Amino acid sequence: MAGTGIGARVMRKEDFRFITGKGNYTDDINRPGQAHAYFLRSPHAHAKIRKIDTAKAAAMPGVVAIFTGADIEADKVGGLICGWMIHSKDGTPMKAGAHPALAVGKVRYVGDHVAVVIAETLAEARDAAEAILVDYEPLKPVVDLASATKKGSPVIHDAAPDNQVYDWHLGDEAAVKAAFKKAKHVTKIDLVNNRLIPNAMEPRAAIGDYNSGEEAFTLYTTSQNPHVARLVLSAFIGIAPEHKLRVIAPDVGGGFGSKIFIYAEETICVWAAKKVGRPVKWVADRTEEFLAIAHGRDHLTHAEMAIDENGRILGLHVKTRANLGAYLSTFASSVPTYLYVPLLSGQYNIPAIYGEVEAVYTNTAPVDAYRGAGRPEATFVIERLMEVAARELGMDPAAFRKKNFIKSFPHQTPVIMCYDTGDYNASLAKAMEIHDVKGFARRKRESAKAGKLRGLGYSAYIEACGIAPSAAVGSLGAGVGLWESAEVRVNPVGTVEVLTGSHSHGQGHETTFAQLVAGRLGIPIENVAIVHGDTDKVQMGMGTYGSRSGAVGMSAIVKALDKVEAKAKKVASFVLEAAEADIDFKDGKFSVKGTDKSIDFASVALQAYVAHKFTGEQLEPGLKEGAFYDPTNFTFPSGVHIAEVEIDPDTGVTTIAKWTAVDDFGVIINPMIVEGQVHGGIAQGIGQALLEGAVYDANGQLLTASYMDYAMPRADDLPSFRVDHTTTPCLSNPLGIKGCGEAGAIAAPAAVMNAITDALGHENIAMPATPQAVWQAAQAGLARAAE
Amino acid sequence: MPKVSMTVNGKRVSADVEGRTLLVQFLREHQRLTGTHVGCDTSQCGACVVHVDGKAIKACTNLALSCEGANVTTIEGLANGTELHPMQAAFRTHHGLQCGFCTPGMIMAAIDMVNRLGYDLSEETIRHELEGNICRCTGYHNIVKAIQAGAAAMGGLKVAAE
Repeated sequence: MAGTGIGARVMRKEDFRFITGKGNYTDDINRPGQAHAYFLRSPHAHAKIRKIDTAKAAAMPGVVAIFTGADIEADKVGGLICGWMIHSKDGTPMKAGAHPALAVGKVRYVGDHVAVVIAETLAEARDAAEAILVDYEPLKPVVDLASATKKGSPVIHDAAPDNQVYDWHLGDEAAVKAAFKKAKHVTKIDLVNNRLIPNAMEPRAAIGDYNSGEEAFTLYTTSQNPHVARLVLSAFIGIAPEHKLRVIAPDVGGGFGSKIFIYAEETICVWAAKKVGRPVKWVADRTEEFLAIAHGRDHLTHAEMAIDENGRILGLHVKTRANLGAYLSTFASSVPTYLYVPLLSGQYNIPAIYGEVEAVYTNTAPVDAYRGAGRPEATFVIERLMEVAARELGMDPAAFRKKNFIKSFPHQTPVIMCYDTGDYNASLAKAMEIHDVKGFARRKRESAKAGKLRGLGYSAYIEACGIAPSAAVGSLGAGVGLWESAEVRVNPVGTVEVLTGSHSHGQGHETTFAQLVAGRLGIPIENVAIVHGDTDKVQMGMGTYGSRSGAVGMSAIVKALDKVEAKAKKVASFVLEAAEADIDFKDGKFSVKGTDKSIDFASVALQAYVAHKFTGEQLEPGLKEGAFYDPTNFTFPSGVHIAEVEIDPDTGVTTIAKWTAVDDFGVIINPMIVEGQVHGGIAQGIGQALLEGAVYDANGQLLTASYMDYAMPRADDLPSFRVDHTTTPCLSNPLGIKGCGEAGAIAAPAAVMNAITDALGHENIAMPATPQAVWQAAQAGLARAAE
Repeated sequence: MPKVSMTVNGKRVSADVEGRTLLVQFLREHQRLTGTHVGCDTSQCGACVVHVDGKAIKACTNLALSCEGANVTTIEGLANGTELHPMQAAFRTHHGLQCGFCTPGMIMAAIDMVNRLGYDLSEETIRHELEGNICRCTGYHNIVKAIQAGAAAMGGLKVAAE
């Protein structure tokens, strides 16, 4: 079994269907008699809807039905919800404006849902949508984040008259004030964390299906968490009770957070399926994805760090304004609060931290979790501060970090988190060695000879994964618990199905979860199937995000396997006619201590089902066990990434010359898959730093709504990456897993910007550092140097 | 509605289609070959790449009618039963895919790259040639390795066959 157990580079079981074109994505599914939905979207960022005239459109060829907000209201379909309550400093609850699935009375961003046309074909639905007459009264939009709450700004939601969602804080303000009083040096920075559009390659899609005989709905959808979708659609939106609503998330082509949320489109498809008595299918085109998927990041931050005469950090004060867009998306409120400020301690011993976050509405697409969700924003703040502070103090940035690293564990930060374990020096030292930091001065001289500017930047990140202990997040405002479930079904022939509430949309669970099970039970990995993404098969689950599938999802499987093993030992004791306490299980064999009597796992499974060796009074037949696992702490993956860039000051083009990542993810199940996660994360982080940025004009029109306008990282924008590891096993879960999904996206932006500012010799540049921005910054730097 | 006929993966097929039907719609909806994906509508992402008369094209921006009489190969036409094309095998061996959505287009583009540029492809060449294919999962690192290995394997097969 050595070849496929924990730690082995097992090739992915799911790959065969993907490389042969046999994947089963939502758009690949068609239901008999299905009609097609097309959404008429608002062309205005902010407008009153005076009247919608659908008469002409309804008479067009192929049109089955047209629905507007009035139909949603008439059917009492509940609004979309935000599932995390945040309270402001003054104790008042966040101001959540209504979020109907189809606009009622008003539209609040370009792309907002005005009407849905359901027709025989998509082309007919599209044609008819063009014939709908909407009488808008355009209102002045709120687009600029900095001025959104200014007196006299247009009001987006009556519930939030000054456009403020909440004004929240965390930490000890007095302690931070005292720390700054004692400081020998204070480093101050202003940062923009640019707005990103997630862009999973598979656009969102949904098929609603209604069985009138059973009065039951099925929703096929591109979801990272089908059970949460069912819960929200059932308990809050009121489509159907949970036992009459099946949600299937089949193969999903990437998520990065954007497919966690419950959106208007799937809500409408499943609701409309009953209205029209036919399955209703919707597939987003790419521009719809740009306009109406939840965006990520979008922070303005001022941060100050107090440092003593020995170069030790005394305190940190961070003030952030976060854009949440036009409506509160499913988990939007938690991202710039509890997923952000508690991470501001980074890898450092900081005695006092105070974070203030003002979240605001604007007439732009909703903003919610995107790969890392709050944690990349936190790392960007702390790691830019560390680099700038080191430069101001004339210290080597690595030495300054080392001096302030947390060195003993467990470590309680002043902002909630208690780090269980880590060795930050080890990853820094290994990264510096692999990167050949010593040779940087020589490489910089060589670049200079060629007229190029070379810079090196560190990012020593931390993240909180394994989301999350239910009671803890509940006390912070979460509307759900964040445990995970698993069920291990052993078949009579000894093959195994594992049902998990985690959901794979590229992470390779069918392989890694099977590695765990095959290794533990001593059976071939081919004999293990992982079942996920269907609420009729898996009873309940919380889905995949926040690098929780390994730390939480696999821990649930371990718990279920413990129970399977215990039951199987009982069966074996009857078959082998020995006391249960004398049965050992190892390498797939049950044996009686001190004898040569043994039986293999598959034979025990058969005996569990034929039930000939024990009576019903002695033992229940069968071999199937379930478990729920609720983590006791977050996990804390960490690491050091080193970016080395070369800038051509004449063109402003930045080349990533060298990239080294040394991460501590705790125990790794499959290094091949983990390295792939790191590569992809780094690419998204480099994308944020160099290329990507959502741009709205002053009227609230999204200027970056296609791949010709939004710069996605392409193969020739990126280098190959050197990826390595150190390991301190996580102490709070049975496998020692910390998680790896977001690391690259968290680490990379600060590393790139630290390298660029190092090359330029000044800090005056923001993300994305496009060639134009870099050229301007380089020219300004050269001019200053010449003075 | 006009009728269109072509050969898809070695099989003669024809159907009545609207004039505005795209090749990708013809393949996915009329032929039920759903391995070819639509990731954008501006010819940028490359998830829809197929071969028409031996050349890689983007099926999202070609009309089905323009392929009258053509010989079309899709991702479903590469493997011989369970025996994978060397480029498919290389993507698996080198973990060149995660969510799998861009993968069919990547593999079709990669084979076309080999057909045009040969079996010995440098990293720089591969990265440049992947201009028209976007992946959001892998950071391209393992896709580049897979294409390099797949190209070499295709060369090895050719040598073995000669």
